[in-house]
Amino acid sequence: MPDFKKMVRDRLRDCGLSPMRECEIVDEISQHLRDRYEAQLSTGATEDVAEREIIEELEGRDLAGDLRKIEERWIDPVELGTGEGSDIWSGLWQDLRYATRTLRLNPGFTTACVLSLALGIGANTAIFQLIDAVRMRVLPVAHPEELAVIRPTDFHVTGRHHGRYGYVTNQMWEQIRAQQQGFSGVFAFGNEDFNLATRGQVRYAQGLWVSGEFFDVLGIQPILGRVFHRPDDRAGCGAPGTVISYEFWQSEFGGQASAIGKTLELEGHSFAVLGVTPANFHGVDVGHRFDVAVLICSEPTIAGESSLYVLPHGWWLVAMGRLKQGWTLDKASAQLEAISPGLMQETLPPVYQAEARKEYLQKKLAAYPGSTGVSNLRQQYESPLWLLLAITGLVLLIACANLANLLLARASAREKEIAVRIALGAARGRIVRQLFTESILLALLGATFGMVLARLLSSFLVRYLSGEGDVRHIFVGLATDWRVLGFTAGLAVLTCVLVGLAPAIKSTRMAPALLMSLAGRGLTTTRERFSLRRALVVAQVALSLVLVVSALLFGESLRKILTLDSGFQRDGVLVMDIDYTRLNLPYDQRGPFRERIVERVRSLPGVQSAAETTEVPLGGSYWNDEVVVNGEVKKGWVDMGHITPGYFQTIGTPLLAGRNFNERDTASSPKVAIVNQEFARKIMGTENPMGRTFKINVYRGQPQYEYEIVGLMANAKYDDLRKAFDPIAFYPQLQDDRPDANAEIIVRSSGLLEPIVGELRQAMADVNPEIAIDFHSLAAQINDGLLKERLLAILSGFFGLLAAILATVGLYGVMAYMVAKRTNEIGIRMAVGAAPIQMIELVLREAGKLYGVGVAVGVVMTLVVGRWAASLLFGLKPYNSAVLATACLGLAVVTVLASAVPARRAAKLQPMAALREE
Amino acid sequence: MALTNAGFDRELKKGSAELLILSLLQGRPRHGYEISQLIEQRSAGTLKFNVASLYPLLYRLEKRGWIEGQWVEKPGQRRRRYYRLIPAGKAMLKQQRRTWAEFVAAMQRITGVSHA
Repeated sequence: MPDFKKMVRDRLRDCGLSPMRECEIVDEISQHLRDRYEAQLSTGATEDVAEREIIEELEGRDLAGDLRKIEERWIDPVELGTGEGSDIWSGLWQDLRYATRTLRLNPGFTTACVLSLALGIGANTAIFQLIDAVRMRVLPVAHPEELAVIRPTDFHVTGRHHGRYGYVTNQMWEQIRAQQQGFSGVFAFGNEDFNLATRGQVRYAQGLWVSGEFFDVLGIQPILGRVFHRPDDRAGCGAPGTVISYEFWQSEFGGQASAIGKTLELEGHSFAVLGVTPANFHGVDVGHRFDVAVLICSEPTIAGESSLYVLPHGWWLVAMGRLKQGWTLDKASAQLEAISPGLMQETLPPVYQAEARKEYLQKKLAAYPGSTGVSNLRQQYESPLWLLLAITGLVLLIACANLANLLLARASAREKEIAVRIALGAARGRIVRQLFTESILLALLGATFGMVLARLLSSFLVRYLSGEGDVRHIFVGLATDWRVLGFTAGLAVLTCVLVGLAPAIKSTRMAPALLMSLAGRGLTTTRERFSLRRALVVAQVALSLVLVVSALLFGESLRKILTLDSGFQRDGVLVMDIDYTRLNLPYDQRGPFRERIVERVRSLPGVQSAAETTEVPLGGSYWNDEVVVNGEVKKGWVDMGHITPGYFQTIGTPLLAGRNFNERDTASSPKVAIVNQEFARKIMGTENPMGRTFKINVYRGQPQYEYEIVGLMANAKYDDLRKAFDPIAFYPQLQDDRPDANAEIIVRSSGLLEPIVGELRQAMADVNPEIAIDFHSLAAQINDGLLKERLLAILSGFFGLLAAILATVGLYGVMAYMVAKRTNEIGIRMAVGAAPIQMIELVLREAGKLYGVGVAVGVVMTLVVGRWAASLLFGLKPYNSAVLATACLGLAVVTVLASAVPARRAAKLQPMAALREE
Repeated sequence: MALTNAGFDRELKKGSAELLILSLLQGRPRHGYEISQLIEQRSAGTLKFNVASLYPLLYRLEKRGWIEGQWVEKPGQRRRRYYRLIPAGKAMLKQQRRTWAEFVAAMQRITGVSHA
């Protein structure tokens, strides 16, 4: 008799039927074939003929094809603990398939896990990306490790400080170039904004002053045209041309080769475009990029009367160099120190008074690491960024604790299955590996989405840090380099281990017989796992407390700084920067010219008051000097400025005593001053300084006037909101001997600021269309200066909230699990007479214990880490009992909320049903 | 177009196969071999269902919920899978019979073919 079952089975091999269904169909059809065969034989056919007929019948149609259309395709399940072979790779693919299927069948769980991991990993990676860009990444030049910054060992300077750094003067730079021995090449640079527009318009380009060998020492080759070289850089070079950046070339010239030779107007002077730098080169100032590079020797041409080129006390450059072969930083520093006395003597500014001379001559030059360039962004934001990284690290830990809890819960639900498999001979290690694979997969998914989130978050942060104003854009080259990838991968691995290993091991540690006999009841042997879950929740509560406290501290710090008494009214004030260099007015005409402008502005409708000042509060630039009282130089710097009448009214600082400046305070009248309370107290040693006089500790050779104090103003912040009040002295604008060819006009409006901008522009154009004007609001300017505080407050607030949510979820999970596991016990209690309210108390008491321990640990942690944040806080200490109490209260509310549902469930349990439950 | 016997067989069977199976199951439950034998006998050999077309059809009808299969082991016999008509199938049989009768009547009117 032919094997009919085999015949049929052979034809069904590729159908993808489940084994059971295949068996059924094979049985049925083979039965039919046997009946047909026997019927054939009974009619006298031979066995061969009968068999041939059967085969023909089977092959008459595509049986498998038809069945495939009807029957369900069966997916081969992977049994836990199976897999042949003992080496690590066998069954790995199986583990992965099993893990994938498990996660796919639990979309809610998977989404929750991946989302919380993505948030944790993403946030960490974003902050790390910023730290990497600002702190760690070396410049994209040849051999960056050879670069060094050459500067004095102390930062204090006397004189005119210009630009972001201003480490050396031009004279010092030239001497360094001539006398240094440790460097194969040195260069200098400074930063500047150039107005590209004409006829009153303002459009700034970010500029770089560079010495001739800047590009050569850095090894930068142009992608078009040429760059500067040493011979180009000589005194009196005029306007030989400019080298532009790749981005600027794209935006201004559309990336056309014909850009070479075209001219750019920089502050009204024509510069031909000589060349274009490569796309990945942004200068050596990390956090900023450049649009146009101009030779240092062109500075006098552009700056005119305010040139720093030949000013021995003009601090505007940074010197850097490339170490020679075999020279170290220490060796180079030693040589620089050796030449310092002679160098300082040769470049000593002749205008310095005795004190300043002494200080200057004692300066020593040294070499500092320069592979990561220079960066004031780094100085400002490095501490906050590290703190934020610590915060996001804590968030990730909390997310991991949540996940570990979830995985533990799921593992305990499968403990019976695992016990059966172990009893049937599955390798324990194998099962651990299979369970661990799930967490690996979760971590990988979390890391992948985290990378995407990281990119979005870091781009947002960079845009946020850029603030207002078109030239204050911060540029941070965010790149997913090996460090960032390594960091993310490391986080993913750490997460896996934290989240997956413990639950996996714990699940397989118990004796199978014992596990099977428990039938899922919450008795002693699973207490160990429950302890781990409780410990995880306690950790979550503790970490959440730290984060919530930090959020409250930074939020309060920001609130304090925003509401502190600055001494002036910041809202409703427009600042108008005017530049009338192109009018070429002589000094004696400038004062009256500016008075006319202010009068014109005051006459406009919508303008409540207006005044002119050389220094706008918190405007970023400042003038300070020491003063001389009765022949004695008083210690301490006094902030100074020239103002017109109407200043106090416009800025909103009250005049407390004496008089305001008026039209009688002219260039030929006696010199007068208005000082603030701090000046009176600190410099004059009295609360009423009216009629007292002082002099400014001017440079040698400058006229030294005696100023009579005619007015006392209230204290007001001058250059930094965070600092205490400094002494301030204001002088009448008309008594300024050498007013600059630019000014700041502050305008207070009775209404909104936007509408009057157009009127002001027109008014200035009416006076003279060559006046360049730019506007910004005082409030926005001050806000920009508080970026650091705002960033910390917003981000720590966001992460604090996230931590609280995660802790709630964690608490809820454990409480729900507890109630489920103690159902029997609750049933017994209620059966013997306990009231539902007592069951609620039971749950809340349990939650309370977790909260109590968590908060206790959290308070200790907060006190320990608090001191790191101290320097970033304003107006409060990290050990603030009110903040701590608020955070504890907040988490208490969270605990109650998280326990509410499980408590209700416990109270509503029916005793009989509870007792019956296994 | 000229329809060969094989073509005629195929086209008609396609439309009527379900009706055939359902009507044969109306009386009592039957197994697959029995159904194929009945069809061959009652059609005097005109209609033949080979195993590769019969069983997919039975499984399709079962999936639609018109028939139900059950393994039955009678004493002295090998176990077989018997199919029976269930209520949804009965309703479908009634509908298909009506449709078929209308079709035949329409064909008769057009072609003038009648049956004994």
